[in-house]
Amino acid sequence: MNLRRVLTIDGNEAVASVAYRTNEVIAIYPITPASAMGELADEWATQQQPNLWGTVPKIAQMQSEGGAAGAVHGALQAGALTTTFTASQGLLLMIPNLYKIAGELTSFCMHVATRTVATHALSIFGDHSDVMACRQTGFALLTSGSVQEAHDLACVAQAATLATRIPFIHGFDGFRTSHEIAKIEELTDTDLRAMIDENLIQAHRERALTPDRPVLRGTAQNPDAFFQAREACHPFYAACPDRVQRVMDQFAALTGRQYHLFDYAGHPDADRVIVLMGSGADTVHETVEWLRERGERVGVLKVRLYRPFSVQQFLAALPPTIRALAVLDRTKEPGSVGEPLYLDVVAALHEGRAEGLSRFTEEPTVIGGRYGLSSKEFTPAMVKAVFDELTNTRPTRHFTVGITDDVSRTSLSVDPEFDIEPSEVLRAVFFGLGSDGTVGANKNSIKIIGEGTDRWVQGYFVYDSRKAGAMTISHLRMSPRPIRSASLIRQASFLACHQFDFLDRYDVLEYAAPGGIFLLNATDAADRVWDQLPREAQTQILDKHLRFYVINAYRVSGDAGLGRRINTIMQTCFFALSGILPIERAIVEIKKTIQETYGKWGADTVQKNLAAVDQALAHLHEVRLPGRVTATRSVAPLVPDDAPGFVKKVTALLLAGKGDWLPVSAFPVDGTWPVGTAKWDKRNLAQEIPVWDPAICIQCNKCAMVCPHAAIRAKVYAPAALTGAPAAFKAVAYKAHEFPGFRYTIQVAPEDCTGCNLCVMVCPAKDKSNPKHKAIDMQAQRPLREVERHNYAFFLQLPEADRATVKPDVKGIQFLEPLFEYSSACPGCGETPYIKLLTQLFGDRALIANATGCSSIYGGNLPTTPYSVNRDGRGPAWSNSLFEDNAEFGFGFRLALDQHREQAWTLLRRLAPQLGTTLVDELLQADQHSEAGLAAQRQRVAVLKQTLATLASPEARRLTTLADYLVQKSVWIVGGDGWAYDIGYGGLDHVLAMGQDVNILVLDTEVYSNTGGQQSKATPMGAAAKFASSGKATPKKDLGLLAMTYGTAYVARIAFGGKDTQTVRAFQEAESFSGPSLLIAYSPCIAHGYDLKFGLDQQKLAVESGYWPLYRFDPRRIEQGVPALQLDSVPSCSDLTQFMRNETRFRIVEHQDPERFRELAAAAQRQNAYRMALYQQLATLVPPTAARGAERPSSS
Amino acid sequence: MDLSTTYLGLSLPHPLMPGASPLVDDLDMVKRLEDAGAAAIVMHSLFEEHITGERARTLHQIETHANSFSEAPSYFPDRPALSVGSEPYLEQIRRIKAAIRVPVIGSLNGTTATGWLDFARLIQQAGADALELNFYVVATDPLEHGQDIEQRVLDILRRVKASVTIPVAVKLSPFFGSFAHLASQLDGLGADGLVLFNRFYQPDIDVETLEVVPRLQLSDSSELLLRLRWLAILSGHLRASLAVTGGVHTAVDTIKAVMAGAHAVQLVSALLQHGPEHLKTVREEMVRWMEEHEYHSLRQMQGSMNLTRCPDPQAFERANYMRVLHSWHP
Repeated sequence: MNLRRVLTIDGNEAVASVAYRTNEVIAIYPITPASAMGELADEWATQQQPNLWGTVPKIAQMQSEGGAAGAVHGALQAGALTTTFTASQGLLLMIPNLYKIAGELTSFCMHVATRTVATHALSIFGDHSDVMACRQTGFALLTSGSVQEAHDLACVAQAATLATRIPFIHGFDGFRTSHEIAKIEELTDTDLRAMIDENLIQAHRERALTPDRPVLRGTAQNPDAFFQAREACHPFYAACPDRVQRVMDQFAALTGRQYHLFDYAGHPDADRVIVLMGSGADTVHETVEWLRERGERVGVLKVRLYRPFSVQQFLAALPPTIRALAVLDRTKEPGSVGEPLYLDVVAALHEGRAEGLSRFTEEPTVIGGRYGLSSKEFTPAMVKAVFDELTNTRPTRHFTVGITDDVSRTSLSVDPEFDIEPSEVLRAVFFGLGSDGTVGANKNSIKIIGEGTDRWVQGYFVYDSRKAGAMTISHLRMSPRPIRSASLIRQASFLACHQFDFLDRYDVLEYAAPGGIFLLNATDAADRVWDQLPREAQTQILDKHLRFYVINAYRVSGDAGLGRRINTIMQTCFFALSGILPIERAIVEIKKTIQETYGKWGADTVQKNLAAVDQALAHLHEVRLPGRVTATRSVAPLVPDDAPGFVKKVTALLLAGKGDWLPVSAFPVDGTWPVGTAKWDKRNLAQEIPVWDPAICIQCNKCAMVCPHAAIRAKVYAPAALTGAPAAFKAVAYKAHEFPGFRYTIQVAPEDCTGCNLCVMVCPAKDKSNPKHKAIDMQAQRPLREVERHNYAFFLQLPEADRATVKPDVKGIQFLEPLFEYSSACPGCGETPYIKLLTQLFGDRALIANATGCSSIYGGNLPTTPYSVNRDGRGPAWSNSLFEDNAEFGFGFRLALDQHREQAWTLLRRLAPQLGTTLVDELLQADQHSEAGLAAQRQRVAVLKQTLATLASPEARRLTTLADYLVQKSVWIVGGDGWAYDIGYGGLDHVLAMGQDVNILVLDTEVYSNTGGQQSKATPMGAAAKFASSGKATPKKDLGLLAMTYGTAYVARIAFGGKDTQTVRAFQEAESFSGPSLLIAYSPCIAHGYDLKFGLDQQKLAVESGYWPLYRFDPRRIEQGVPALQLDSVPSCSDLTQFMRNETRFRIVEHQDPERFRELAAAAQRQNAYRMALYQQLATLVPPTAARGAERPSSS
Repeated sequence: MDLSTTYLGLSLPHPLMPGASPLVDDLDMVKRLEDAGAAAIVMHSLFEEHITGERARTLHQIETHANSFSEAPSYFPDRPALSVGSEPYLEQIRRIKAAIRVPVIGSLNGTTATGWLDFARLIQQAGADALELNFYVVATDPLEHGQDIEQRVLDILRRVKASVTIPVAVKLSPFFGSFAHLASQLDGLGADGLVLFNRFYQPDIDVETLEVVPRLQLSDSSELLLRLRWLAILSGHLRASLAVTGGVHTAVDTIKAVMAGAHAVQLVSALLQHGPEHLKTVREEMVRWMEEHEYHSLRQMQGSMNLTRCPDPQAFERANYMRVLHSWHP
């Protein structure tokens, strides 16, 4: 009996489930949105789940997608059934191997959660630009448009590759399908066995390289042979489409779900048809059905097998009655005649005519359009617009849909009111805060409904691009019929807002359908909450005749001991109000889920959640509506009036979640974006903010030093600057001698602080009578917000300290303006204090090359930009190229800068007679090693420019352009450990060896943080990470030691919480070193699993336990006859386990397997001791040449 | 010399054993204790707040950032089975049981009769031969009545006795209004032994950093005196056996404790100071002393100086500090 389960899972799991069971080797590298497939495979392998043949697939995480492709190629050549999962740039990195694998006619199926390829900007979201970049590799391309299809076609592709010997890319839309949760029928092992022909596996094995039957592949061929040999594979491609169709037919016989190479749906005599692939096809399908019911002759052709493209099958699938075809591509190919699918359709129609295959009564008009780039919404209204366009006698040949293109006028107009969603579909939208568990609860709800009722369900989740205080929007559909809608819900019959403050930031109620239910989590009771709402919310509630309910979920969660986790409480309310299930049954199901989810966390944890469920309904109340708007306030504008035009015109809309409204003309043409816009995004995330007590403060500035968001700052200034200060502004006499008579202020940015507590934790100054009170204490933000906002505004306009006067130590540097502020990094982030320090020290002359990862997301992900400028308009120039090439990218900066400077020098010398030799000599010989020297050089450059302005020669004009390069620039190459240790290591190593003056800052969180905690080679022994879930058994790669082997690079290992003076010194020394410098910076991270307010203590413990030894290796010291390596820390406690037990990443190893934890901890301890012994020896070594050099003077 | 004794129903060759301490964390150390002749091994406590706190902390860290960011639905690998809080402890019992022959006494420490007490059963399943329930409370709540605190002790014992079949001892502090009454009630509920007394970690003040720092001061023999009094008072009145812990450093200390009524004598500070082999030294000196004083068995002296048998019972009962002060010279 082949009993198929009904599952409610997402696309990634649906695909991985098939891929895992039908393969033996899986080599991967994490990349959004495909990471989950590899992670699931790893989890299943860790649980020893077998594949179809009873073995557990071998899972290998490689150093890059290039590496994964190489491993895949090798495993295939050695005869294993092999797969991989990837997307976007990852797929591009695999392309060289794809050509090889295809050229060798290798049975192989890989799965791609299709994602935008980075162009003018990176985007993690979905379109077809990645798979389209592979259409020329020789791979077959099979595409799915829904979770069920992705599950099914994963199986079809795997079977087809064995049948055809053509390797397959199976693509499905990133996020829209990969992350959508839907109800599907699972393919059983029996199904998969029926589809996978053992004889074909045998044939695959027999083609393997083996010394028992040796052959040779990978020859180099010459003009006499290559061409013919390349053509030899052609019959396989010619036969492929029919074979794939046979596999699809076999699948249909087995499951009842029939697929075709091209699936047509719609009117049999349609006059207009849209051709497309992916999830958009279902949206067209549902719109077609709606339009047909209204008498329109329309249809959709869903492209399944895009390569090899069968002209015959394509033509056969289209009704002969069509007059006009619109081909929609989810990619852009600038400069082409049209996008790829369009070109194929045009060519197919042309060939069909030429070959006599055409059945059309009249030759159809073909137009091509782009839609849905980077997961841009694609809605029935847009489909309608396309069909409407096809009715024109002269439709737009190349159009866009879904945006307003007011530049090239390509966009079709779309009716925003057009909505076809049937009322039988229950649509629910939930606004939640990342940390309140809303998404998790909604995933459970969908599962409960999907697997517990005969309803079809769909869950899709939209996340904030910011890491701190992230908002989530859950879109849930529940329907008595299968759901084809592949777009966000716009009219929700149930709308929940789990955070009251969202009503003041977002147009939450826009999502409410008339007559729907609105549930709000608020601290105010039902009889008082109405008056707390802004006017806009009240108006919509009344206009739409909503039923309004309120619950103080925080009170319920607090009483139950769940803190601010309100997920199960809001979930219970949803079931109670929506009526999707009888509430009694819903509660039983919720409790069952709680038991399943929290059972492993003990009876107490389960009990707390059950108690919260029981209490939820007692606190749920309907709000009696007064029938009129009573609000006395409106939603305040998100950015103030004094913001720059661009911020008001563009950034503000992005912040409000209305970016879709922006037309093409609003955007820069080349991805260039203004800096310093984060300051306009006042997010008020902190419930408590630091309050300064100047009477106790010892003016150490450590609070400012450790702040990850530059939200607490220090200034020292002349007393006269206090004129006009707000009454509450605090200032005291500055205590140190370098600014005699000056005043001193520590000021918080109340609306930018994230409330991480690090400033309080580091503050050493305590009230002697009440030591609980420190010079920095946390207090509730709301009562302080207004007064501190004014104080901060006044503080910002105070003069900055003279950079030349400030002492270049930990304290003094905090008087330098941070040019990296209010980033979207997590509260307590351990990376950003280093970046902020970098900008304080060198920001006004820095170029930063930033590897993809957390630092590129909080550093450059819209809506805002945290890198800013000083009063002279100078600040870091920042760019992200790729993940893998960052060292080389920054190295390129250096080459260009040096070239500019050399040209400037040449021109200076040439123009010396006109410019004056004194000025030229000073410019050429300037000492720029100090802030004073830099300031003097900037002065000279200003004089130079003035003089050049009086000269008319072309050389003078050239020198004017280059003059600023006479002031030394500082090149910084910044990235995380995934880049530095893994994917970018080859480049980093090469750049270190090149000897150029670049500074590399590795923000070492010891794990792939941005993609969710996969192990890197920086992951320490004993830590659990994805792909090392039972605890990493090998030691962390010693990147610093490897760099030291060159002997020509400055290398330092730093931890600002361990020893801030050493951190500052290392930055200064690295920058002043004229060759390559490498700073490896210990960076506490949420992926370590502890409250990051203890990040400084934990850094200290890391240093003291020998886990993170501090050192500086300075090749300049060799010249002085002393060892290049100096150790800056000596382990003072020998027990590493205390450090390890503070962090969840280590502790979960102990929770799984205490014995393994002990062994790994002991091994790590030994490894640390060995490493320290090695360092200690190195710290005594003076290279012989230097030693001899030191002796030479006495012997001569 | 016959040093045999019966404690918690366990027949032991002598009364000396290591008390609850971190010594048991290291299996080699446990073997050294056995080699030194330990009559039993007492585990350090599995703490209620450790179990519940560890669960809450780990879950919080895993959940807080999950499902918040589009690129990272989670930050930790998902494992279907985790034994948060107790598993390392239970595993250590299993390892010790597998490595040594003498009885192993588990120890559970908490102050509320709630779900965590299930661990008593797990400790038994892990192989413990007996269980020490360590009731360790600093009563700071001015609204909580002393009787309520005593009731909590009784509730805990009742629940634990109902869930295990191994003997259960209750380890207490002396800070109860009527200690003898409480002891009698515990005895009535079926406590198999009482352990007198647990020692509190004493908070100290760092005057430089203005921080309160926990400090563990090792005991010395002077702390034994309080225990002697209460052993002597309880001895002979209870069905439960008695153990002493705190202040036993020498053979003479041990002899005093036994004379006052102890069936078992637990050493911690002395072993931390002198190593596990000190157990052997104490036992040998004890034998020597008993031989010199012509005792032929431990049972001969057990309880010989308790309240009912000692020549001057009032000496244990009166608050005799005046006499003591008068005898004290700087």
